[in-house]
Amino acid sequence: MKAFAQLITTLGTSTKTNEKLELLAHYFATENDADKVWVIALFSGRRPRRIVSSSLLKLWCQELTGLPEWLFEESYHTVGDLAESIALMLPPASEENSHRFSLAGIISHLLQIEKKDEEEKKQFVTRSWMQMSKDERFVFNKLLTGNFRIGVSQKMIVNALAKTVQLEANVIAHRISGNWDPASTSFAALLSNEGGSADHSKPYPFYLAYGLDGPVSELGKETEWQAEWKWDGIRGQLIKRNNEIFVWSRGEELMTDKFPEYHSLVNVLPDGIVLDGEIIPSIDGKPLPFALLQTRIGRKNISRKNLQEVPICFFVYDILEYEGRDIRELPLTERRKLLEEIINRNNHPPVVLSPVIDFASWGDLADLRMQSRENGAEGMMLKRKSSAYQVGRKIGDWWKWKIDPLVIDAVMIYAQKGHGRRSNLYTDYTFAVKDGDKLVSFAKAYSGLTDKEFARVDHFVKNNSLEKFGPVRTVKPELVFEIAFEGIAASNRHKSGVALRFPRISRWREDKTVDEINTLDDLKKMLEIFGK
Amino acid sequence: MPLIEFTNKGLYCRAGEFYIDPWQPVNKAVITHAHSDHARPGSLHYLCHHQTAPVLKLRLGADISVACVEWNEVVTHNGVKISLHPAGHIIGSSQIRVEYKGEIWVVSGDYKTEDDGISGAFVPISCHTFITESTFGLPIYNWKKQDIIFNDIKNWVSGNQANGKTSVITAYSLGKAQRVLQAVAELTETIYVHGAVWNTHNALREAGINLPGVKKVTPNIPKQAYKNAVIIAPPSSDGTPWMKRFLPYSVGVCSGWMQVRGNLRRRNADAGFPLSDHADWNGLLQAVKATGAQKVFVTHGFQSAFSRYLTENGIEAAEVKTEYGKEDDEKIPDTEEPPAKDTGGRAIP
Repeated sequence: MKAFAQLITTLGTSTKTNEKLELLAHYFATENDADKVWVIALFSGRRPRRIVSSSLLKLWCQELTGLPEWLFEESYHTVGDLAESIALMLPPASEENSHRFSLAGIISHLLQIEKKDEEEKKQFVTRSWMQMSKDERFVFNKLLTGNFRIGVSQKMIVNALAKTVQLEANVIAHRISGNWDPASTSFAALLSNEGGSADHSKPYPFYLAYGLDGPVSELGKETEWQAEWKWDGIRGQLIKRNNEIFVWSRGEELMTDKFPEYHSLVNVLPDGIVLDGEIIPSIDGKPLPFALLQTRIGRKNISRKNLQEVPICFFVYDILEYEGRDIRELPLTERRKLLEEIINRNNHPPVVLSPVIDFASWGDLADLRMQSRENGAEGMMLKRKSSAYQVGRKIGDWWKWKIDPLVIDAVMIYAQKGHGRRSNLYTDYTFAVKDGDKLVSFAKAYSGLTDKEFARVDHFVKNNSLEKFGPVRTVKPELVFEIAFEGIAASNRHKSGVALRFPRISRWREDKTVDEINTLDDLKKMLEIFGK
Repeated sequence: MPLIEFTNKGLYCRAGEFYIDPWQPVNKAVITHAHSDHARPGSLHYLCHHQTAPVLKLRLGADISVACVEWNEVVTHNGVKISLHPAGHIIGSSQIRVEYKGEIWVVSGDYKTEDDGISGAFVPISCHTFITESTFGLPIYNWKKQDIIFNDIKNWVSGNQANGKTSVITAYSLGKAQRVLQAVAELTETIYVHGAVWNTHNALREAGINLPGVKKVTPNIPKQAYKNAVIIAPPSSDGTPWMKRFLPYSVGVCSGWMQVRGNLRRRNADAGFPLSDHADWNGLLQAVKATGAQKVFVTHGFQSAFSRYLTENGIEAAEVKTEYGKEDDEKIPDTEEPPAKDTGGRAIP
């Protein structure tokens, strides 16, 4: 546990990718196999299930420290991280005993007491706390509460492993993806030279595109490029192997059970096939707003009404495996041809062939791009016709060409302290538009300002607070910001009646006063035009 | 009328006709220490500890009228007894004890309860009313012992040297810089300092305070001289072109705020050392209790939380708004400071 705590602490403060890579590679080269398997698992989103709630952890910490709840909360909001707050507030360890804990040992203990009663869990957690150093407590609490968020991508894990095991990076990426259980998988089984696991649900690593910054004409000849609509859904892989269907999200979550629509595909698709596309709600081949997809994802049980109102389709645009053979190296045009044959052969509503856009010149395409919203898309994808299907985010062959977001001017009315590197800074804001002489809140945003701007807004908040409700401060409505967002949908859960897709601050309008902000009517008009 | 009033110019003792750490010019100012939020220019007469005077003159001008006292020496004004007692914050920093007709008030200024070896050991003073700072007045702030942090700093410097890197330590030029110097002086004889640190260092040495020798960073020094060396610079120099001459280097920040990971990440520093010149949570509580005060006023920091906690634990406490805590680096983790200019002559106030 000591080595793991050390790894997390140094990774968390390291600012350079190469340095992080070295740290990870060193860890993989020196630590024991059982711990290494868990590190791979944790950094690729495979956490042990949560066995205690945050509120119990808070309570136990308050009992140990004798601190009142309000002071605990005040401290927590200043730190902005529960695991760290508890690690900082606990009294010094009674007998620091790092050797007792290995990472794998702790996790296996957590798995063992998962079904035990609260008292037993409390015993284990509090006893562990009192034998750990501050850094160990922090990572232990992170294991209990959620993810680490220390800027380690799957790609970095793969590259670090590639320095210590005798496998190609893309093979490692494939091996550590998919459906494997870190509790029962050995390091050797996961990353040995031969075979790898026989898991037939395993997806391929996704090929991801960068956003296009420069003018599109710089991509070269139009004829070398294929254009498609860029859909606003969940990127996914649809797999049929051994007569079973699997659906993976880009976040490597197995989502097969959430989308019964896909189950019938087992009778339609040929065996040994992997498709890449977008999981998206759609009726008659037309996409529905992303907000509706969210009503499906959140649910444990899907009702019939749900299935009728928000039917999920798969907008397919690539094929990675055919007849059990990895065909990612084939050029895009050949993969596309094969894909069209297969999909057109089996006309089956839940699978929609994402169309290729016809265009003669870049100018043409730029005009067509302006119709993205009408087509339910958030822009275009540009793919080099000769491109292979690569691993991870690579520059050069695939580009996102998104349309400009919608924008609205609004005033900040609430502020709350942020998390992580924004600890003790007011960086999380709620914005309002005008409705007559009232202000109506309609969006929260946490991103889009520079550190310097955040520092200035923080200063304003600290000096212009009207009221304090727990961690939230009501702020004098004075600062005006332009809020950008990708889409708008009707919502009865929000006071304003609208829900925005991915709102963020696009700029601080220091030139505008609160009298010049947009109105609720403006928002409703946008809903009318873009929300259907 | 309370013995000390909270006025718009600062803490005022009407009976003795003097102010303590006023933020506007007054006739008589008693100064706890020379940090710029406590020692401001323009007053006619200053009174402070003899080790505070050299830096006070450096910062406010050599021509100011300043009277010096030793700790525990009693000065009487209109029947009010004033004495200074070690606060342990920085060299010369003092608590101010005020006694009139049997009533005793103590103003803490800034203080820490751990003896750092150079600032004088904090002594709790019995009083009826205690005015305390609260910079780190939340239970998340509890410091490791100085020797442990010094070891961490030394290990970090050695690690940098092994990797061929210069170690740049950011520390406030008055206080933290002299303290850190103790740790690194054990490692190497070539310690370079920024001009702002240099000025303070010299003023203290000229006043007879024993400090290790340092060299000032100047344009004439060839870059090779900095290889594997240790540099001490004020926090505001981090990220400025001034730093380029040290490449390749690693930056370590010495500040109590480094206790929380987010602050370190925000600074984008390579290492953070939670070395503070302020009392931690337990230090504040112990200090307050040790005075035996029946009434406590809480100034700059987490004053609302700390005073509420005291009140809930049977010590009557109230928050006081002051102008302190705005210029001492440790008190402003969030705002941008103007970069410290290397003036060569007078230090920046």
